Amino acid sequence: MDQTPVPVPADEDGALTKLHPNYSHALRVRATLTAIPFLVGALVLEGAFRGEGLFPSGVIAGPVLLIALALIIRIPQTRYNARGYQMGADRLRVVRGLLFRSDTVVPFGRVQHIDVHQGPLDRFFGIATLTLHTAGNHNASVALPGLGEELARAMREDIRAHIRRETQ
Amino acid sequence: MSDPRNTAPLSVIIGALGAIRSAVLPAIAIAFSGIGGEGRYLVAIGVGVAATVIGVAISYANWRRLTYTISETDIRVESGVLSRAARSVPFERIQDVSLEAKPLPRLLGLVSVKFETGAGGADDLALEYLTKGEGEALRQLVRERREDEAAAASAADPATPARPAAEDEGDVLFAMGPGRLLTFGLFEFSLAVFAVLGGVLQYVDNVTSVDIWDVDLWYGWLKEQGSTVATLGPYAQALGAVAGLVGLLVVGSATGVVRTFLRDWGFTLTRSARGFRRQRGLFTRTDVVMPVHRVQGLVIGTGLLRYRFGWRSLSFVSLAQDAESESHVVAPFAQMDEIAPIVRAAGFRLPGDATAWRRASTRHRTDKAVLDSAFFLAATIPVAIFAPPGLFLIPLGLAVLAAGANLYAWEFRRHAIDDRQVYASHGFLSPTQSIATRLNLHSVEIRQGPLARLRGYATVHLGLAGGSFAMHGVPIAEARALRAAVMETITATDFSRLDAPAANPAPDQAFSSAQPGFSENFLAT
Repeated sequence: MDQTPVPVPADEDGALTKLHPNYSHALRVRATLTAIPFLVGALVLEGAFRGEGLFPSGVIAGPVLLIALALIIRIPQTRYNARGYQMGADRLRVVRGLLFRSDTVVPFGRVQHIDVHQGPLDRFFGIATLTLHTAGNHNASVALPGLGEELARAMREDIRAHIRRETQ
Repeated sequence: MSDPRNTAPLSVIIGALGAIRSAVLPAIAIAFSGIGGEGRYLVAIGVGVAATVIGVAISYANWRRLTYTISETDIRVESGVLSRAARSVPFERIQDVSLEAKPLPRLLGLVSVKFETGAGGADDLALEYLTKGEGEALRQLVRERREDEAAAASAADPATPARPAAEDEGDVLFAMGPGRLLTFGLFEFSLAVFAVLGGVLQYVDNVTSVDIWDVDLWYGWLKEQGSTVATLGPYAQALGAVAGLVGLLVVGSATGVVRTFLRDWGFTLTRSARGFRRQRGLFTRTDVVMPVHRVQGLVIGTGLLRYRFGWRSLSFVSLAQDAESESHVVAPFAQMDEIAPIVRAAGFRLPGDATAWRRASTRHRTDKAVLDSAFFLAATIPVAIFAPPGLFLIPLGLAVLAAGANLYAWEFRRHAIDDRQVYASHGFLSPTQSIATRLNLHSVEIRQGPLARLRGYATVHLGLAGGSFAMHGVPIAEARALRAAVMETITATDFSRLDAPAANPAPDQAFSSAQPGFSENFLAT
């Protein structure tokens, strides 16, 4: 949680800072919310075919439930582990992606504006998303979700201070 | 200067002409329909006149209520009769100012002035119409205001270079005469005319009683023609086929030539103290000015056939958008030795002998070849089982072709980095080259799919304002080194140094567009 900017420029091999532990919980809740409609749908189908006797009960809802459980229990932690960031003296590095890894570095000197965003779920878990906007077409906005709320604000101030320093 | 002003009164006429044009069709429709019996011509004329009067009135009201104000820091346009809209754009956010004269306004000596802000499309500011002189004056004014502002912002900086006072005409960097246009047009081979023809036939179908979708009609016609042809013997038939092909070629080339002449007639690119100025168009004349420091990168493209003759096109990547594409074409059809001076004028450097080109990873080549041919190989199996014998050779051949093409394409997938710029090149039939300055990059991303991670290569995406820049299949260690190098350039450059004397103008100045908000960079020009 207490992240102090690394004085030396961030190194590629430097250790990534983990996100707030609550982020994996938030991911889990989100996965649950996404799974509910599918589960309900599966149950409705089950109910509709119950009288037909075409196949044993649970053929539809069972697999859906299993997949949902895997997505809720297993995946959020893996995703959480795959994500990380590295706050350098003059740059922010954001790493994400399970299958398709993406490793982005944004220099503070190129940041156009900064957002700190909190959805209702984020507010409940006390986390926030920090988004850096650049002028480039690719990576026009680089989002770093799952930061502690205060840390996100502190980072924003840091980056802003850096921009001001550079322009004066 | 800061009073609200109206656009040219003549624009009412153009609006009115538009209204008349849209009134004519309904009037004709009424005249030829059965409505109103004998009196229908009167009704038609009445409707036409009413529509015209209303159109003119609306056009006049719109003109009266559209005002623009030029203040110290921004330009403001207020418009609307019933609902008012006001839009203001600060001078420092204006990327470039372009003047466009469509045929009708051009006859009346009017131009529409567009202020490009980089916000894209409809969000830009446009004034329709001003007289040509006013348009030019406004463009000049915007430019001066922008610079005054920049100068004011950096008044404390003693290193401010003295600015040339007046706008000079500038040197012509590139121009295309009719001969060049003709060659260009031949390469712009297009069969679009057949699409138009199809549309016309459809229209004929609707209006007349000839049913063009009637198979019998065509069949009968073909049989008639066919029997004529059949009597001619095999040589005549072959000759006919050749003649048909030649006809197609002629029509396609003619279309290309006509389109090219319409679009690029009188193409002139000039370089003045302020930036690049491009004028072109036969009926619709456009006049675009691009400040040098706004140029973020270059793209040198070519075509399948024209590449064999050494013809290339050069575009500037910037936040502003051209009519239909995202970058400004500054030399649509030129040889490399004509492109080189333009590139130099823009402050860029072409890759030379010293450029250390690096190829994409050979693993990337292998994977791509295997994956692409696997698709066709997979298709081969069912074809071999179910289709008549021999047919499976087609997907098999395609698989071999795909593998071969990929292996060959690898030769052309290259990237390079030097002390100031990054280069990327791809495409084996028509290689496209992109060049960007290291300073003008906004972010670096290394992206890897599952296969890429296993095999140790990555795609490097560089954030470029107004365009995209990617290097594919870069070995991961090299990608990391590349990123480190680019990041070093970006972060090491102090903003104060960006305004340093103009020994090396463009690359540093170009940076200011990266940070339009930090206006001290604006004295850049």
